[in-house]
Amino acid sequence: MSIVLLWTDILVWLLVIVLLVWGRVISRSPQVKKQWHTIFKSSIAMASAIILLFYLLFTLLDSVHLRFAAHSTASNGQTVQYKGDTVSLLDLIFTHNLKSTERTYSAPFATHEYSKSVVVDDKGVTRQAYLPLKHVSRNDDLLVKSFYAVLLGILIGSLIIVLHLFWQSSGNFRELFWRNWKAESTLPWRTAYLTIIILAVLLTWLYMLSFDYHVLGTDKVGGDVLYQSFKSIRTGVLIGILTTLIMLPVAILLGVSAGLFGGWVDDAIQYLYTTLSSIPGVLLIAAGVLSMQVMMDAHPGWFETTLERSDLRLLFLIMILGITSWTGLCRMLRAETLRISQMEFVTAAKAFGVGKFMIILRHIVPNLMHIILISVVLDFSGLVLAEAVLSYVGVGVDPTMYSWGNMINQARLEMARDPMVWWSLFSAFVFMFILVLAANLLSDRVQTVLDPRNR
Amino acid sequence: MGSILTVENLSLAIGKEKLLKSVSFKIKKGEIFALVGESGSGKSLTSLTIMRLLPDVISVSSGDIKLKNRSLFVLPEYQMQKVRGKSIAMIFQEPMSALNPVMTVGEQVAEVIKIHLGLKKDAIKKKAISLFDEVALKDPQERYHWYPHQLSGGQKQRVMIAIALACEPDLLIADEPTTALDVTIQAQVLKLLKKIQAERNLSILFITHDMAVVSQMADRIAVMRYGEIVEQAVCQAFFNAPQHPYTKKLLKDAAKTKEERETKQQSDRLLEVENLKVYFPIKKGFFQRTVGYVKAVDGVTLSIPKGKTLALVGESGSGKSTIGRAILSLVPIADGTVRFGRQNLAGLDQTALKPYRRKIQVVFQDPFSALNPRMTIGDIIREGMISLGVGPKEKTLQDEYIRELLLKVELKEEYVHRYPHEFSGGQRQRIGIARALAVKPELIICDEPTSALDVSVRSQILELLRKLQQESGVSYLFITHDLSIVPAIADEVAVMKEGKIVEQGPVMQVMENPQHAYTQVLLESAPKLPYTIQKRKK
Repeated sequence: MSIVLLWTDILVWLLVIVLLVWGRVISRSPQVKKQWHTIFKSSIAMASAIILLFYLLFTLLDSVHLRFAAHSTASNGQTVQYKGDTVSLLDLIFTHNLKSTERTYSAPFATHEYSKSVVVDDKGVTRQAYLPLKHVSRNDDLLVKSFYAVLLGILIGSLIIVLHLFWQSSGNFRELFWRNWKAESTLPWRTAYLTIIILAVLLTWLYMLSFDYHVLGTDKVGGDVLYQSFKSIRTGVLIGILTTLIMLPVAILLGVSAGLFGGWVDDAIQYLYTTLSSIPGVLLIAAGVLSMQVMMDAHPGWFETTLERSDLRLLFLIMILGITSWTGLCRMLRAETLRISQMEFVTAAKAFGVGKFMIILRHIVPNLMHIILISVVLDFSGLVLAEAVLSYVGVGVDPTMYSWGNMINQARLEMARDPMVWWSLFSAFVFMFILVLAANLLSDRVQTVLDPRNR
Repeated sequence: MGSILTVENLSLAIGKEKLLKSVSFKIKKGEIFALVGESGSGKSLTSLTIMRLLPDVISVSSGDIKLKNRSLFVLPEYQMQKVRGKSIAMIFQEPMSALNPVMTVGEQVAEVIKIHLGLKKDAIKKKAISLFDEVALKDPQERYHWYPHQLSGGQKQRVMIAIALACEPDLLIADEPTTALDVTIQAQVLKLLKKIQAERNLSILFITHDMAVVSQMADRIAVMRYGEIVEQAVCQAFFNAPQHPYTKKLLKDAAKTKEERETKQQSDRLLEVENLKVYFPIKKGFFQRTVGYVKAVDGVTLSIPKGKTLALVGESGSGKSTIGRAILSLVPIADGTVRFGRQNLAGLDQTALKPYRRKIQVVFQDPFSALNPRMTIGDIIREGMISLGVGPKEKTLQDEYIRELLLKVELKEEYVHRYPHEFSGGQRQRIGIARALAVKPELIICDEPTSALDVSVRSQILELLRKLQQESGVSYLFITHDLSIVPAIADEVAVMKEGKIVEQGPVMQVMENPQHAYTQVLLESAPKLPYTIQKRKK
């Protein structure tokens, strides 16, 4: 067994580390700490953040890739032969789903296929029949299993809550619980606990039943839709956050230099982003992705597995999206920098002989932070939706990669069928909707609190 | 004479917090009633209540307002609209934002006349032009078609007055009508208001914070503080024998007199500016070619005495702040020399300038934008020390030094870890002074340090500056537009007009025997307190 590091894996873990370090840094500034405290005072923001955390959890689970040895016993001295497929931790959790592929479409919780097939029975008579599914429980115990799943879910949820309470309090455990429960604490912990319990129950239920049923049905080649939806989380979240990671440094660097230095620097940067934002984004992305595709097809030796191949295409898509989306933020940062650089505290710093770099670092960037934060959370949901649209058009992620856009694209043709195959589309829609809604609600709150005009 | 407006026991509250506490006064026909107070005392709230334009969150908890025996609070909104503009008119502090920038000024006057008087089109225009004539706007026929941005601040305020007068109101509310204007323009506008008031026998509610303006304008005066009227009197009696201690203090702070200072005629010169020119290029076109220059400072010669204060006086746009920035080498100098000791600072690069950066420091006008909102007070003061290498190197010793500085500017030691937004304007200005002092400068350029502050806070800051000068022998270049504070702080005065110095000399000489015509106009325009008060101080 060995760990495989894909490019996007490296970036996503890097981002997590950066976030942790940043969290540590801001926890030292009482001012910023207070602001975040205010953000989470809203119960909607709290619930949204917890939902986003769960999405992030699945992304991280899906970002640890492993390859297993082909033979269980690798004798010493021999180079280990690996299997051709790379699996992530999430795949390990859903192994049963990976193995239990059906022949074709089946509806959620169905016991038979969705359409009739021609069969020849024992007597040699040819007729059409609904074939039974291979990997579905025949016992009629859906309710009983649901009951156990809900119980287990509540148990898991409570465990998380107890752990949180334990971490929060040093002694008075029960007292703290009642204070949180009666909503007497400053942060809305009751909402947080309810969200956690609901999510835990829902996820446990989906997972438990996925052993015996195809909870969200199967697709055209019999793949489990529930599994696909969970795998798509990584693609969506990655595009949402990594694009911003690529875009931010460019936007900050160019925006601040344009605003502070003025003159020809300002002119050059302005011309650059005006030109870039005049080219239709889809055109640029299509051109970029297609030329990348041609290059990858010409060099099949670059990739050991198909996963690496589709991962590189994802990375490239993220970069292209980043290149096309920094202009808006850059323009805002330039305008704000212009305003701040005229403020008297900057003049005072100049009168102290403070260097340009220190002025940017100490006086300008901290005062731009609210704009950057607001635009990051606002852009996130836009980018998740952009992935769906681009994959639908066919210039998004690799067709072999699980993504909501690809799910929608594949389900597109079946919409016209009667009776309709609705579950692929429905699942992609629900998973994406919850993510985007949570991100939007949180960004709304972040904007209300951080934007100085709202004070 | 019957009273036009009666305010009886007016109390306002926002939630449980009381904003106005039982305010009562009467305004008689043909009288100018002045409401005086510092910012936040409730003057403007009172005027908004009279117009019934209060924000929804503020509620009237008790009291009544009567306009000619008709209570305003019981009127339905549509009748109140007729009262506004027709019976009570208002002029505001900021003429820029009170006029609609996309309508010609003529149309804006015509609009009001049309709504309230319902005249024919030609008659409206005729009336508007006659109003412009009355407020002494030149070429009223032509000005009718002008847009607000084509007019100067004083002209805009005249248009505002014309709009207010359009429907021949019974009462005119003037809310700080001249605060945003230069002294000479202020004098003209005040004279105009007084003239119109006399001609039309108008009642005016005059709201201001400036004691000198009040003494020239008002018939009766009410002083407000924390939402209460502390004293109400006829103008003459008010200035001759103020009753309330707060009023006495206000008058004392407003009347600045020369402290006894020894004035050596020939003192050493710390900084000499010779033939200084600062031009800002005007750039146009695709390639940003320079097509001309704005001559902000055009050949200025002045010198700052060692351990003394030079006041630089001038109206807005005269280039006085630019001189300050040029001395700090923050704007490019086109020509001339700035000599500090023996060194000419003009043309030095950043590294060569660094030793002089610690000798010349600056205190700014706006205490709110002068401090970085994301830094603690300690870090703000520390920044210059580290950058210029002044003071101790160890952090604990630096903290000690910063604490001493805070005590020196009469703040508390424990403010070190606080952020700027927790402080009032006056306290922030003290922090700004501490920041400048941290590098032990020999010259501090004070760029209008008191113009954003209330009268009483202003006198405290001036007092602090004077004390620091006596302790450390620092020199000040005190840039201001306010002539009334010059005798209190300065040893010498330089008067500036359109980028040039028209007169420089010792304070007493310039203030009492001005040579240049412009200085004479300035001194005449400046509103003065009655002679009795100035006398009493001595």
